[in-house]
Amino acid sequence: MAKVKAVALISGGLDSLLAARVVLGQGVHVEGINFFTGFCVEGHTHAIRKRDSEKPKRNNALWVAEQLGIKLHIIDVVEEYKDVLLNPKHGYGANLNPCLDCKGFMVRKADEWAQAHGFDFLLSGEVIGQRPMSQRRDTMPVVARESGAGERLLRPLCAKLLPPTLAETRGWVDREQLHGFSGRSRKPQMALAEQYGFTEYAQPAGGCCFLTNREYSSKLTDLWRAQGNREYELDDILLLKVGRHLRPRSNFKLILGREEGENNYLRGYCKQFTHLHILSHHGPLGLIDGSANHDDLLLAARLAARFCQGRDAEQVEVEVHEHEGESWTTMVRPMPASEVLREWYV
Amino acid sequence: MTTQIVPEQLDARRLLCPLPVIRTQDRVVEMRAGDILAVCCSDPGARYDIPAWCRINGHKILEISEGNYEFTITLEVGEDDAFDS
Ligand code: SF4
Repeated sequence: MAKVKAVALISGGLDSLLAARVVLGQGVHVEGINFFTGFCVEGHTHAIRKRDSEKPKRNNALWVAEQLGIKLHIIDVVEEYKDVLLNPKHGYGANLNPCLDCKGFMVRKADEWAQAHGFDFLLSGEVIGQRPMSQRRDTMPVVARESGAGERLLRPLCAKLLPPTLAETRGWVDREQLHGFSGRSRKPQMALAEQYGFTEYAQPAGGCCFLTNREYSSKLTDLWRAQGNREYELDDILLLKVGRHLRPRSNFKLILGREEGENNYLRGYCKQFTHLHILSHHGPLGLIDGSANHDDLLLAARLAARFCQGRDAEQVEVEVHEHEGESWTTMVRPMPASEVLREWYV
Repeated sequence: MTTQIVPEQLDARRLLCPLPVIRTQDRVVEMRAGDILAVCCSDPGARYDIPAWCRINGHKILEISEGNYEFTITLEVGEDDAFDS
């Protein structure tokens, strides 16, 4: 008989690691799948910011797959995800996180992939009651139903509290060896991790993506408000993860690198944006997002100077490169802290 | 006479993780075992992620060369492709 095959949704956190491990332990062939929405916490910020360079720059989903000794398929869903974020049937969580729709979408994509590649069932690391929106007893059936995966979806960590699924009724896995975890406590997972010998694992605090983050959500809301519609491209949402964002006037926003790693990253966008370089002192690279006139650019230069090492100097020299226009230099007085309004911070 | 295999090139510069891995994965799917791919990246994270992806998917890293804010990872496509399994 051919070996039973399962696709595991791997987020990179402990729960998906354990769920896949439980099923692997029952002799099932498991491969992982991970979705890139553009909002994932992985990589980007870790890699960009120099001060984080002590931390390993690993991608947690890849690391989990390596711990398990399974293959991992990372799927780019940036375009399709827009509809999930912009039109969530079940609304948002505390911030712009459409968790319930997002879960349904990911399970559906994983199910489609599984069927296209001859896999028998899916598994995910969800635990009843773990998260307020997508992992409640009443919302779990919603994910299984709306994704179309139905009983092909097994949740090994809380399966004993749910009706049997295909993997159990067909005898591909032994229900007795699955778990009945529920609630917000992480203790059962930590005990299971210890049992399997996993001593190191990622512990995402808020969730698996930036949409659960209040500051990030407010930057995204500001972007939509400023452009007058809720469209976005990948570069837009990646840029929101980098730098200090200030909107001193409604027609433009200034993005300032907070350290060398961010300056390097922003440098990659110089061709697309009007940008500012501080010439006389060490300081941030600034990108102007929006349309700024000469007066706006002088204001932006003073604001950028506020965040350079010459913030207390009488004059700071700033070079302005206008997008598809000329470059000019100017001497400006750095803006004093008292003039930088709180509401400018996006 | 020895034949020199010319690596296929993939430009993943300015892409942030995990995009360099995704682009590498999508290219490797179209290649055959033994083919060589050179991926040029600028995100330091890719230096860890592409080798990790190769290890778990059975591809071999031949070389990692560093340049000015860029590096190139050269890999050899392995026998066992997930899409045939
Ligand atoms: S935290 Fe983000 S990725 Fe995770 S379910 Fe919610 S919206 Fe989706």
